[in-house]
Amino acid sequence: MMVTDVFFYLFATVTVLAALGVVGARNPVHSVLFLVLAFFSTAGLFVLLGAEFLAAILVMVYMGAVAILFLFVVMMLDVDFARLRRESVRYLPLGLTVGIVMLVELALMLGHHHGSSQGPVAEKVENTLAIGQALYTRYLYPFEVASLILLVALIGAVALTHRERKRVHRQDIANQLARTKGDAVELRKVASGEGA
Amino acid sequence: MAEILKMVHEIGVGFFGALLWSLVWVVIKVVLLLAPVLFIVTYITLAERKVIGAMQVRPGPNRVGFFGVLQPLADAVKLIFKETILPVKADKGLFILAPLLTLVPALLSWAVVPFSPELILADVNVGVLYILAISSLGAYGIIVAGWASNSRYAFLGCMRSVAQMVSYEVSMGFTLIPVILITGSLSLVDVVEQQKDWWNVIPLAPMFVIYFISVVAETNRSPFDLPEAEPELVAGFFTEYSAMSSGLFFMGEYANIVLVSFLGALVFLGGWLPPMANPIFSMVPGIVWLGLKASFLMFVFLWIRATFPRYRYDQLMRLGWKVFLPVSLFWIFLTGLVVQLGRWA
Repeated sequence: MMVTDVFFYLFATVTVLAALGVVGARNPVHSVLFLVLAFFSTAGLFVLLGAEFLAAILVMVYMGAVAILFLFVVMMLDVDFARLRRESVRYLPLGLTVGIVMLVELALMLGHHHGSSQGPVAEKVENTLAIGQALYTRYLYPFEVASLILLVALIGAVALTHRERKRVHRQDIANQLARTKGDAVELRKVASGEGA
Repeated sequence: MAEILKMVHEIGVGFFGALLWSLVWVVIKVVLLLAPVLFIVTYITLAERKVIGAMQVRPGPNRVGFFGVLQPLADAVKLIFKETILPVKADKGLFILAPLLTLVPALLSWAVVPFSPELILADVNVGVLYILAISSLGAYGIIVAGWASNSRYAFLGCMRSVAQMVSYEVSMGFTLIPVILITGSLSLVDVVEQQKDWWNVIPLAPMFVIYFISVVAETNRSPFDLPEAEPELVAGFFTEYSAMSSGLFFMGEYANIVLVSFLGALVFLGGWLPPMANPIFSMVPGIVWLGLKASFLMFVFLWIRATFPRYRYDQLMRLGWKVFLPVSLFWIFLTGLVVQLGRWA
């Protein structure tokens, strides 16, 4: 058995156990943290496949940003998760259907995949470079369209949640900087005993 | 040197067998890398107290050992032997895990930091990407600590801290992109070797400034130490931590400072390259140059702490999102344009 095999089974086991933890944990914060663990070991699997760019992006985007936001929401919101959990049994058939469909699709895809079981790992080709070239030449338009859609979603989220709050003092930096000693300070002669 | 290495390998293979030896050898290399790192982390605490002491015209620690050199050891012994208090309402498992989640990512990044063209634990071709990915994990220790403590101060501190780290990570990442554009590679060794003619700090001076300010914010150091903010939040996210568990947070913070100082020296200040192609400068080993540059950056961390008052939170957020982000985005665009024009010319 190679060292990489050892690591593969390690990461695979951790991923599966962590995924079970996501669904099984009683505390929603624990669920999210299990999800983070699953992301991390998946990134490990990507590295074993030689896809270090995907691994880094997975860690940066999903662990560094998405899961942190999940944690924020779960920690801040006061949701009765026990009730949600009791009701979740109702959604079991739907969830199972989705799961089975995905499993069948995966099996079909793998069944069609003849050729080597190694996957498209070419030696000496930096896959970071390869991904960059594919994205910015062959898939340039889909890539740009996807980024525009994301931008629209971003602006939409800001537009939906933004509200001008009245009676809140805001710092106007330009205004502050434009102040001079002349309009801020006034020197007065006060006679003794009449200050107050 | 090569013969000694070969002999060690032969003894190792004979003793452990080929498979186990390859693992043991990795562990040995990791220990050889982390021991000096942890030594620097221990002694930067003393350096901090001495430097700030000097700036405030007082002697700093000078009782334990000559010139106070044994002070970090005394502190370590104290931290280890004090009682670790677990709050009753804390989430015990996560409470204990959190300091480790802070320290481990800070140490993980060292795997790809090169000290010379050969002296590097893992010469991966995506070193910069790896460091960015790992440093984005640092926030977990803090958010978990704040939540698991089950205390209001800790929770407020962790919310502030995570928002701050996530914001400044973005601008830190964006300051590295122009460097990658110039180098055309994500490998840190390539990044350094490309700076032979002039250091990146010359064409990318504004990026270096933004990088440094961002990492000061990212490591939660003064003047951006709002997550701790002793007067208002009573040490923030680690209010409930005592003894060595809080010591681990400090170790993580200092390990991050040392890391970003080395990274700044490698990426912007020419790493192990001497300042000029001068025969006297070239005689000095490269690792000494790297050490000097990184030490200078670490000194600036301490200097800033002794000089500036703490920022206000809304100012901090404004600086990150409204100043650093647009400026670094514009600079990425500009660098890309110049590099492309250079290719056409």
